[in-house]
Amino acid sequence: MSKPFLSVESLTQKFPDGKGGTMTVFEDATFGVEKGEFVCILGHSGCGKSTIMNILAGLAEPTSGVVKMDGFEVSGPSLDRGVVFQNYSLLPWLSALRNVMFGVKARNPGWSRAKVTEHSEKYLAMVGLEGDAIHRKPAQLSGGMRQRVSIARAFANHPKLLLLDEPFGALDALTRGTIQDELLKIWSGTQQTVFMITHDIDEAILLADRILLMTNGPHARVAESVEITIPRPRNRTEIVEHPNYYAIRNHLVQFLGRRSKELSGRPSNGEAQTPETVRIDMTESAPTGGGGEENPRLRAVTN
Amino acid sequence: MTLSLNQKAAILSIVLLAVGLLAWEAAIPAQKTLEEMTEYERLTGGGAQKAGVPPPSQVLGKAWEQLSNPFYDAGPNDKGIGIQIGYSIYRVLTGYALAALVALPLGFLIGMSPVAYKALNPFIQVLRPISPLAWMPLALFIIQDSEASAIFVIFICSIWPMLINTAFGVAGVRSDWVNVARTHELGALKTAFTVILPAAAPTIITGMRISIGIAWLVIVAAEMLVGGTGIGYYVWNEWNNLDLTSVIFSILMIGVVGMLLDSAFGALQRAVAYAE
Repeated sequence: MSKPFLSVESLTQKFPDGKGGTMTVFEDATFGVEKGEFVCILGHSGCGKSTIMNILAGLAEPTSGVVKMDGFEVSGPSLDRGVVFQNYSLLPWLSALRNVMFGVKARNPGWSRAKVTEHSEKYLAMVGLEGDAIHRKPAQLSGGMRQRVSIARAFANHPKLLLLDEPFGALDALTRGTIQDELLKIWSGTQQTVFMITHDIDEAILLADRILLMTNGPHARVAESVEITIPRPRNRTEIVEHPNYYAIRNHLVQFLGRRSKELSGRPSNGEAQTPETVRIDMTESAPTGGGGEENPRLRAVTN
Repeated sequence: MTLSLNQKAAILSIVLLAVGLLAWEAAIPAQKTLEEMTEYERLTGGGAQKAGVPPPSQVLGKAWEQLSNPFYDAGPNDKGIGIQIGYSIYRVLTGYALAALVALPLGFLIGMSPVAYKALNPFIQVLRPISPLAWMPLALFIIQDSEASAIFVIFICSIWPMLINTAFGVAGVRSDWVNVARTHELGALKTAFTVILPAAAPTIITGMRISIGIAWLVIVAAEMLVGGTGIGYYVWNEWNNLDLTSVIFSILMIGVVGMLLDSAFGALQRAVAYAE
């Protein structure tokens, strides 16, 4: 089998526990992301999601293991991997437009100022920011608008991989919905490869092609890879009526509520921990895939 | 008629000034004229002018006289107020600029490197509380030049607030912003100028504002010691001449120049300020 576009191999992160020993956050995590795929990672706080994100971004070094993108090992941050941080991370002394231009200039040092401005304005318009608002400083923008700027900055750079670290975590539910729609729209236009951390199950189902489920730490691992068998284009009001929606949702809730605890705390003993693929599709005659013992319970819940 | 807050404040300021000046004027005992004196008083020297605190009307007269011709130069002991203040500002700005040249890069280094911070901190903590004037004898001996010694004293007193605030501002730049620079593959120099400098600028300018205030306080005392020229020397010289009118006038001028220097940095501070 050929290597996926992004391949995470035996990634291990250990931190000193403050008592002279070490605490293993996760070990031998192994998974891949295909080109153009939108992957969400779900798990409880403290399972190391953000650490994985920082390693993928090149902002942190794993204790061991490698991340390869397009066949090259990832070391250090790069413009090929754009990041949208939870707290927006806009530079507060620059206007919204200048913040996007900051990224565009870094990506395209040879571009003229007019071209940089035009490109930046185009991407701000894509997330619904036009006119006067783009000349305001981040402090004068609402949380939702700031995150839009941050998303525009990331997309404007055409990174090979876009990393989103709980981008909507600090937003209210209504704003979150609107920006999720905008993210879907801009993503369907660009076919970026996206890797996103979230806490929100519904958000993950709406956005993702595949959801990676992490068990609780310490010794967390990516236990399952759930395919979202709901066709695109998706729409938040229509997907809930799709027969697969609640089947998938219940599976995820069950995992986070129960099995993330049951499966946690098992040392890997040096074996690569690849996630089990789960495919739930109620539209087919019989559910297939590696859900295994989960499926009977799921049917009981959904039927 | 409704007045804005600023208008009300301005009226109150003017009233306070007027009341203060009138009270001052009234508090000065009038000198008896020769005609009012008894012969005995005249014989015992009562006719000689008594030294006293001058009334504000006299100070205003002096101010008018000085400010209408601020740059006259009638020998080493009689120069216009403009020339004296010019000397002082020149010394302050020279010492201050030298201090900034040292403090800003060094502060940047200390702020970026925890090792440099820990290594230099004990020196800073010992040198910082020393009164700048305490350096004067040593400076005069080593530099052998009173002019340069005054500048050195300004240098040494301006450097600490700038150094400490720069280091503090640079060390306190949010790691998120540094991460933005890193994910955009900015080099060290570019990161320093496009991210860390603007992020730390408000703290740095605050340090520079404190420094210029201290430098202006210190120059008066330093010039009293080294003599020759400058507003500090002028105050001391007029004291020796027992010309209290000029002393009060120059005290006011020191205040006005200090305020102008401070508001220049205040404007700079507003220019680099940002809200998070």
